[in-house]
Amino acid sequence: MSSSQDIELANAKQEFTITVYTENQIGILNRIAIIFSRRKINIESLNVSPSEIEHIHRFNILITETEEVVRKLSRQIEKQVEVLKVYFNTNEDIIWQELALYKVPTDTIVEKVVVERLLRENGARAVVIRKDYTVFETTGHRTETDKLIEVLQPYGLIEFVRSARVAIIKDSEGFNSKLREFERLDPGQDVIENEFLDKEKNVFTM
Amino acid sequence: METIQEVTTTPAEPKKTIQVTGSVALLEGLIAEGTETIFGYPGGAIMPIYDAIYDYKEKLNHILVRHEQGATHAAQGFARTSGKVGVVFATSGPGATNLVTGLADAQIDSTPLVCITGQVFAHLLGTDAFQETDVINITTPVTKWNYQVTDATEIPAALAKAFYIARSGRPGPVLIDITKNAQMQLFDYEGYVPCNHIRSYRPKPIIRNEYIEQAAALINSAKKPFILFGQGVSLGNAEAEFKDFVEKSGIPAAWTILGAGAIPTDHPLNVGMLGMHGNYGPNVQTNACDVLIAIGMRFDDRVTGRLDKYAKQAKVVHLDIDPAEIDKNVKADVPVWGDCKETLPLLTKLITEKTHPEWLAEFKAFEKIEKEDLIEPELNPQSGELTMGEVINQLNLLTKGEAVIVSDVGQHQMVACRYGKLNATRLTVTSGGLGTMGFGLPAAIGAKFGAPNRTVVAVIGDGGFQMTLQELGTIMQFGVDVKILILNNQFLGMVRQWQQLFNEKRYSFVDITSPDFVKLAESYYIPGKKVTERDDLVGSLEQMLQHPGSFLLEVMVSKEHNVFPMVPQGCSVSEIRLK
Repeated sequence: MSSSQDIELANAKQEFTITVYTENQIGILNRIAIIFSRRKINIESLNVSPSEIEHIHRFNILITETEEVVRKLSRQIEKQVEVLKVYFNTNEDIIWQELALYKVPTDTIVEKVVVERLLRENGARAVVIRKDYTVFETTGHRTETDKLIEVLQPYGLIEFVRSARVAIIKDSEGFNSKLREFERLDPGQDVIENEFLDKEKNVFTM
Repeated sequence: METIQEVTTTPAEPKKTIQVTGSVALLEGLIAEGTETIFGYPGGAIMPIYDAIYDYKEKLNHILVRHEQGATHAAQGFARTSGKVGVVFATSGPGATNLVTGLADAQIDSTPLVCITGQVFAHLLGTDAFQETDVINITTPVTKWNYQVTDATEIPAALAKAFYIARSGRPGPVLIDITKNAQMQLFDYEGYVPCNHIRSYRPKPIIRNEYIEQAAALINSAKKPFILFGQGVSLGNAEAEFKDFVEKSGIPAAWTILGAGAIPTDHPLNVGMLGMHGNYGPNVQTNACDVLIAIGMRFDDRVTGRLDKYAKQAKVVHLDIDPAEIDKNVKADVPVWGDCKETLPLLTKLITEKTHPEWLAEFKAFEKIEKEDLIEPELNPQSGELTMGEVINQLNLLTKGEAVIVSDVGQHQMVACRYGKLNATRLTVTSGGLGTMGFGLPAAIGAKFGAPNRTVVAVIGDGGFQMTLQELGTIMQFGVDVKILILNNQFLGMVRQWQQLFNEKRYSFVDITSPDFVKLAESYYIPGKKVTERDDLVGSLEQMLQHPGSFLLEVMVSKEHNVFPMVPQGCSVSEIRLK
C-alpha cells in the first residue's frame, strides 16, 4: 500500500473493537468510560465480563473512530493503574458476535408462521415456549440480529434485547503468558505492546 | 538472593502483631514513607485520624491551612521544592470537594500528592448522610489513582500503593478515601511494607535501544538541532544527565515554564522560554530547526501555538516516560520511551561532541532584538510607571538566583517566569497546565517547608491574591517565612490584555478593586509595605528579604502594561509578536 493510502485509512472513521484486560476493581469501569466521554466520543457497545484468567476482567468496547484517535484512546486507557493491557482491532482482525433475544406472542407465531423454517433460516432457537409468549434467541452480527427483528415485527414482537459485541482477536495467543510477564518485577522483552508506528512493522515493548 | 540463607537458618517466628486502629496504622505508614509535614483541615468524618495525630505531634508536623484547596496547593509547593510526595488531610463532603482544584492542578502538572479524605461510616455510604459526597467518582478524572477503604486492614497496603503510584513513573496525585469506621476499627497490625510493584502498572516503559540509536543518528547528522525541555527532567532527577547531554551535543535548549531551572538560567546553551509568552528566538527557531529534541515535555497548546504550523520542517525526537504523550499532539519520528535519567546517558554516549556556533549565533541575533526592543525597556525603565519586569529584575539582583520563586497565574506569572533567575533546579513553583489563580500563596507555604533553607518569594497579582488570601492565617499561625510580593496593576491583567488586543478594549469585568493589602497583612501580624515610586523599590525589596519572617510587599505597577512577546491564539510560534 502506498503511504497516501495508509494516511487515508488512518484518517477514515471505521469500527474498532478495543479489548481491555483489567484488574477486577471497583471504579475501573468509570475510569475507562470517562476517557471516552471526556472527548465526547460515544461508546456504541460495551461488554465487561471475567476473562479466561481468574480476577482479570475483559472489556470489549466498540467505537467508530479514526485509527489515530483509537490509538490515542488506547494509550490513555493503558495508562490507568489497574489496566493490564489494551488491544484495538478493526473488524477484519476479530471474530465477533452479538446475542439477541426476541419475545413474541405464542398464538400468533403458531398460527401464522412456519416456526421451524423461521428458526432454521435465521439460525435462531427457541429458549422458552409458554402458552402466552415465546422467546427466540440468535447470535450473529448486527445485520443478522436486525433481520430477525424485521421478520418477527409483523407477528407482534413484544420485546427485543441485544447484547454488546463480544470479540475474539484472531491472532491473539491469549493473556496467560503475558500476565506472567506482568507479574514479574522486571518484565522481559516478551511484553509486546500494540504496534507502535503504523508505517513500521516493529512492535513496541514496554 | 540474600534472603534464602536467612530464611533457611532463622527459626520461624510467629509474626509479631499489635492491635492498632486504622488511624494509627495510617500515621505509622506515613512516617514509614518519610512524611514529616501534612497540610490539612479536620472535620467530622476524619476525626479519628485527627485524634490519633494528637499523639504524633513530635513525629508529624501538621499544618492547619485555612481552606482545603490551600492544603493541596501547599502540598504541591512542598513536592515541587523537595522532590518528595506532598500529603494532605481533609474531611468528607465539602472538605473533599475543596481538594478538586488542587488535584486537577497536580494531575496536569504531574505533582506527586497523597490525599487522605475522611468518609462517612461504610454503612451510610449512598444514603446521602451528613457530609457524604461521592469523592471517588468526583476525583477520578483528576487523580492518577484513587481508592476507597472501608476496612482498617486495607489501610497499610492501600497507603503503600498510594505512595508508590504517586511518586513513580510520571508522578501524580492519589486520593485515599477512608470511611470513619475503618479509621476507628482495631486490627492486627503487622507493620508497614512499602510497595514496589503492581502487576497492572508499568511506571517506566522498557527502553528500546534501536530508538536510542535512531535518535543519536538524527542528532549527529543535524545541522540545526534544538532541544525543548520540560518538567520531566527535574521530576526524573535527571538534571546532571541532561546537562551532560546538552553540553556534549552543544545544542541550544529552551524550556517550558515547568522545565525552568533544570539547567541554570545563565547557562550558555540555555536560550530561554518557549511558548505564548516565551522568548523570541526559541519560538521562531522552532520553525527553523531540522531536528527537534523534546525531553520530558508534552507539547501543550500554550507551547506549540497552531499545531499544523508547528515545526513541520523538523524531525522530532521525543523522550518521555509516559507512552501516552508520544504522538499525542506532535507526531514523533523517533519515540524514546523511558525515564530520561536512563535514556539521556545512553543517548549522550552515542552522540558526537559538537558545537553549533552559527546556529547559536542565530539565537543570539534574536535575543539581541528582543533585548533592545522589549527586555531592556521593561527591566530598566528610566521614567514612567513601575513595570513588573523591573521588580523581578531587582529581585534577581538581590536574590542572585538562589531564591525559590513561586508565582500565581496571569501577567505577573509570565513576567516572573520569563525573567526569574534560577541558579538551580526546583526553584520555580507555578501552576502551569491548569493555570490556577490563587495557587501562589498556599504553594509558597508548602515550598518553604520543602526548601526550609531557601528564601521563598511568592510573586502574586492583585487578583490571584484575593482568591486564597485566607492562607495569611496559616502563615501567621505557623510562622512560615514567606516573602509575599504583590504586583498590583489594579486589573485582572491577562484577561484585560486579551480584551485590549482582541476585543477592542471592551474591558469586561477585569477592573478589580483591592483592599489595603498592607493593612490586611498587619491584621495577620505580618509586616508589610507598599511601593509606588521607583526610588523606593530596591530598598523595599531589601527590607522584605532581610526581614526575619514573613513580609508582604505590594508594588503598584503600570495598569495597562502588556506581556510581550506573544504568540496570539491560532497563530504559529514563528508569528510571535514583539509588540
